[in-house]
Amino acid sequence: MRLLVNFSKKKGTAPIIAQAVKDTGVLINVERAVIDSSEGEALIEVPDDQCKLIRSTMTRLGATVRQLEHGISVDQSECVDCGACISVCPREVFSFDADYRLVVAEDKCVLCGKCIPACPHKALTLPV
Amino acid sequence: MHKSIETINERIRDGSARVVTAEEMPAIVSELGEEGALKEVDVVTTGTFGAMCSSGAFLNFGHSEPPIRMERIWLNDVEAYGGLAAVDTYIGATQQSDTLEDQYGGAHVLEDLVSGKSVELRATSRGTDCYPRRTITTELLLEDLNQAIMCNPRNAYQRYNAAINTTDRLLHTYMGTLLPDSGNVTYSGAGLLNPVTNDPKLRFIGSGVPIFLCGAEGMVVGEGTQHSPGGGFATLMVKGNLKEMSPDYLRAATMTGYGVTMYVGLGVPLPVVDLDVVRATAVRDEDISVDLVDYGVPSRSRPVIRSVNYAELRSGAIEINGEQVRTSSLSSFRKARQVAAELKGWIEKGRLQLALPTRPIDPTKKVHPMHERKKGPRVLDIMDRQFVSVGESEEIRAAAQKLLKGETNHLPVIADDGKLSGIVTTFDISKAVANPGKAVTVKDIMKKKVVTTTTEEAVDIAVRKLEQNNISALPVVDKDRHVIGMLTAINLGKLFGGRWLK
Ligand code: SF4
Ligand code: SF4
Repeated sequence: MRLLVNFSKKKGTAPIIAQAVKDTGVLINVERAVIDSSEGEALIEVPDDQCKLIRSTMTRLGATVRQLEHGISVDQSECVDCGACISVCPREVFSFDADYRLVVAEDKCVLCGKCIPACPHKALTLPV
Repeated sequence: MHKSIETINERIRDGSARVVTAEEMPAIVSELGEEGALKEVDVVTTGTFGAMCSSGAFLNFGHSEPPIRMERIWLNDVEAYGGLAAVDTYIGATQQSDTLEDQYGGAHVLEDLVSGKSVELRATSRGTDCYPRRTITTELLLEDLNQAIMCNPRNAYQRYNAAINTTDRLLHTYMGTLLPDSGNVTYSGAGLLNPVTNDPKLRFIGSGVPIFLCGAEGMVVGEGTQHSPGGGFATLMVKGNLKEMSPDYLRAATMTGYGVTMYVGLGVPLPVVDLDVVRATAVRDEDISVDLVDYGVPSRSRPVIRSVNYAELRSGAIEINGEQVRTSSLSSFRKARQVAAELKGWIEKGRLQLALPTRPIDPTKKVHPMHERKKGPRVLDIMDRQFVSVGESEEIRAAAQKLLKGETNHLPVIADDGKLSGIVTTFDISKAVANPGKAVTVKDIMKKKVVTTTTEEAVDIAVRKLEQNNISALPVVDKDRHVIGMLTAINLGKLFGGRWLK
C-alpha cells in the first residue's frame, strides 16, 4: 500500500520515517521524497497489513498521512497511443501491448510527474 | 506481367479488388512470391499518424453587413494570416494563442472546428470606401464557412531522424522530452506503413492522387516544401476538405518547450501494377534506417551517433555503447494502422478509385541549407579580448584585488599548465572574505565546473547558455582550453548598438 506522508518541520525536526520504523519495526520503502527547509513530502510503500499501524504512528509523530489509491491516470479520449511517455518514466509504468495500445502499470507509478510534460496530448494527470 | 490502373479501378468498381495494408504486404510476398503477389494484390494502403507542424487551413467566412476587409484576424485569440483577400485567411497549426500561449494554438482551432465547436472570429480593418467596417467579433461553426480547405505545405515525411541527448541537461524539443546523458531515444514515423517509404521513387504519388487526410478524401498537391527524397526525406503538399474531417485523425498537441503542433492522419493507396510496386511495398521495418542524431548540439549539422532501423526503434530499447536505451515513439503506430485499414475499407467498398499523378514529383531532389550571405554574430565579434585571470594557487586576497582593479565580476582561473581550471566570482570571494580562515587560495573557492564558449559559436547559442545556467559570463576558450577572452552580459549590449540588429 502506498502512503503519501506530509510533514512540517515547524513541528520539530524528528526524523518521522526513521522514528516510525524504529517504533513499529515495520520496514518502509521510500519511493520518493521531496524535503526542503520547511516541509517535506514522502511517498512510502508499506505492507498492506501494517498500513494502519504506520498511519497512526506517523500521525502521532505529527505527519499528515494519505493513502494513495491511484497512480498516474490516462484520459483515454485524449491519448492517441503515441508512446511519447514510455521512455521518460523512470519506473517503466508505460508500455505497448501487441496492438500498440498504451498499457499503464499504475501500481508501479511513484507519482514523480516526469511523464506529464512529455505527453503531447495532455492525456496524463496525477491524482490529487 | 503488368496490370493497368484501369483494370484495378474496374475491380474496385465491381468489388473484386484485393486490397491489403502495407503491413500485410511483406508476409504476402514471402508466401506467394513476387509474381504471385502481383497477381493476387491490387492495392496496398499506407498510413501515418504523427506531428505535422506544417499544417493549416484556408478559411472563407463570407461577407458581413456592412462588409469588412479583414486585415488582422484572430480565431479564439490565435492570429491567422491577414494578407489574403477581404474575408479569407490561412490559419497555421503552430500559431499560438495571444493569451493561452502554447496551451492553445492554430491546431486547437482546427480540432475545435472539426469537433463541431464554435470558434470566435475577431478581426480589425482600416476601413475602405468599399469595405467600411472596421471591427467584427462573432461566433462561427465549421458549417457556417463557405470553404474550409486544409492545406499542408510539408507533410508525410518519408521518414524522420531519431533523437538522443548527450548533454547533462533535460531537453524539450520538437522530438519530445530528451533525458540527459543519452537517457532515452525518441523517433517518429510509421516505418513500413509510411506512404512514401512504400513508393520511394514517387511513381504513384504526385499531383491529383487521391489520399486519406484526417478522415476525409484529400489529394496530393505536389512536392512539399523542403522535399528531399535524394536523402530519404521526401515530403508532400496535401489538401482536403476540413468539413469532412474527423477529430479521430486530427489532433492538436503541445510539445513542451517547443510549442503547438498538429497530429495528422494521412494515407495513400498504391496501385500494384508491376513487380517494382510489389518489391517497394514489401518493405519491412528492418529495411528502413534513419540516423540517430544528437539533439544536444544546437546546430544544423547535428552529430550522428549511429544508424538505427524502425524494427530496433519499435522494439522498445536500442543498444548504444553496450547499454540498452529505451525508445519512445512520438507518432502513433496504432492510429497509422487505423488509417491504412480505413482507407482499405473505402477502396473495398468502391468509395475511392485510384488515379495516376497528373504531374510527377522529382524523386531525386535534395534540399540545401539556407544561403546566408550575412552571417549572424559570433562570439568573436563581441567578446572581450582583454580580461583579467587568476592562478589557482594565488591567494584569495590577490584575486579580490584583481576583481577590483579589473572592474569585473568574474575571474577565470588558470592552472599551472595554462589551461582553464575554474572560475571565481565576486560572490565567491566575498563569501570567503566574510568567513576567514576556511579557505586560503583561489583553488579552494573556485567553481570547477565552468560553462565555456568558443570564438566561432553563434551569439544566440552563447546567450542560451547564459540563461540556462543562470550565469552572466562565459570564458572563451580555444581547443586546448586556453582562455582567449570573456563574454559577459555587457558584451551582449554591443549587439543592441545597431551593428547586428538591423
Ligand atoms: S508519474 Fe513518474 S512514475 Fe508515474 S508514470 Fe509518470 S513518470 Fe512514471
Ligand atoms: S504520451 Fe500521452 S498521448 Fe502519447 S501514449 Fe502517452 S499518454 Fe497517450
